[in-house]
Amino acid sequence: MTATRQANLVATVVLAFSMAGVIATLYAIDHTRRGAVTQEALYVRSSTLLRRMSLGYTGLLADIYWTRAVQYFGEQHHNGSSDFRLLAPLLEVTTELDPKLLPAYQFGANFLAPKPPNGAGLPGAALFLMKYGIEHNPNQWRLYYNLGFLYYTELKDYAKAADAFAQGAKLPATNPFMPILAARMAQHAGEFDTARMLWSTTYESTKDAQIRDNAVLHLLALRVDEDVTRLEQVVEKYREQTGRLPASMGDLERAGFTHGTPADPKGRPYKLMPNGRIEVQDPESIFFITKGLPPGAAPPQPLHQVQPESK
Amino acid sequence: MNSGRTSANATSANARIGYIAFNTFREAVRDRVLYNLIAFALLLSGAAILVGEISIDIERLVVVNLGLTAVSLFGVVIAIFIGIGLVSKEIDKRTLYTVLSRPVRRWEFVVGKFFGLTGTLVVNTLLMAVGVLLALLYVAHRFEKMDAWVLVALYFIVLQFLIVCALALFFSSFSTPLMSAVFTFALFVIGSLAEDLRGFARIARGVGGWIATAVAYLVPNFSALNVINQVAHGDAVPGRLIFYNSVYALLYSAMAISGAVLIFQRRDLK
Repeated sequence: MTATRQANLVATVVLAFSMAGVIATLYAIDHTRRGAVTQEALYVRSSTLLRRMSLGYTGLLADIYWTRAVQYFGEQHHNGSSDFRLLAPLLEVTTELDPKLLPAYQFGANFLAPKPPNGAGLPGAALFLMKYGIEHNPNQWRLYYNLGFLYYTELKDYAKAADAFAQGAKLPATNPFMPILAARMAQHAGEFDTARMLWSTTYESTKDAQIRDNAVLHLLALRVDEDVTRLEQVVEKYREQTGRLPASMGDLERAGFTHGTPADPKGRPYKLMPNGRIEVQDPESIFFITKGLPPGAAPPQPLHQVQPESK
Repeated sequence: MNSGRTSANATSANARIGYIAFNTFREAVRDRVLYNLIAFALLLSGAAILVGEISIDIERLVVVNLGLTAVSLFGVVIAIFIGIGLVSKEIDKRTLYTVLSRPVRRWEFVVGKFFGLTGTLVVNTLLMAVGVLLALLYVAHRFEKMDAWVLVALYFIVLQFLIVCALALFFSSFSTPLMSAVFTFALFVIGSLAEDLRGFARIARGVGGWIATAVAYLVPNFSALNVINQVAHGDAVPGRLIFYNSVYALLYSAMAISGAVLIFQRRDLK
């Protein structure tokens, strides 16, 4: 073998080995620095300064900040952290750099207001973001929807929610659900159908995997809450008719109140307790439920469930 | 007999690489590269005196931030502008033919040039490091335990230079000096945002995701080598990161240098 060929062979081997090593080491570095990377999500807080630094390329910078916001929330959520202090400034900087970046507002409406660990627990910041979005995009029905959604789900201010939906309903291009939602807020705000309509609209109006996952979990929880409420009413009716509580679900079926064994969305039959209450078999498996829990238990939260998926 | 010849060959190869490296270093010094130290000293002493006048409680922070940033940027600029000319200058001056007509192999030339340039930068960095530490002593009046992390940051900066030198040499092995400078500087900027790139890649799906992941892992990762802000606040640098960063910089440099060797071996120098 000539010296040149020998040198080529060695260089090729070194190249292949070092390339594989570089990738493996980088992977290890990323794992070592995971916390640090998350904390460095926000380089600069001032959008004015960023605008100057960007030399006019604000769109690209907004995209970078938006991606960082999604990553930051996903990583913190995945790590089980309740610290989302950078989420609000990240979304603020993103939308100030590009006020027309609609997914950022929707993300803010869904994850800024809920209490940790499902969000940053900052309803004020969420409201500010929605109003800023509407100010800069007055013809986007989604922003009015997000504002109404925020008033409904987090602030429980149904009158303001109705007002936001009604304003969105008046736009030339709107969603057919908007006037219905506005009307329902007046008389049926606390009903399951209204909540279901809202979460379904949220699910259908976004491509964001995190928002969709969150909506699905809430829809499942609503189904459980509704089932438990209905079954407890059935138990009460049974007691009124027979003068005693049913001993099992079979008693309810035999009396014609139910068909088959009622089960939760995971397929596990509901439990009938001796005092007539209905409980789910595994409260930790269905998130956000408010009914069917053992006495004193807190609604389970979906820690480690939502992964950073998409923009 | 055979092993004796192999050993002698290795010794002479090492000697030739050492000779080329020393000459590269001497040439850089002759080119007044170390004059940047004057600008650095002026900048740092000016800053040290100024922050004492205008800032409250952040003298150390400013000196560490400014000092280490200057060490890094001065070094990167030197690495790029000397690195890109290492091959082309030798071709233009026709000295390369003289070197290669002697028993010097092409790979020895590339490796020697790399060591020469990194040696220049290490000496430069050592002198600047003395400047940073003196400025630190001037503003804080004494050294503290946390100042040891400044040395780690300086070590990471040297690792950064290894990669930049290797990249500059890689591009100069097949491209013009101007284009090599553009490519190297672009990779330096991209590499400084490498963690964002990998973040994008994680989000992307399908073929785009695969391509983005491949690109994200192949561009140099300068983000992890930059701990200036961290040490300015006196935060510790994990031992594992020091180890991984060292391995990473060595492997990345080896990758770029072997690429440069492979290209330079095939290059028609007539």
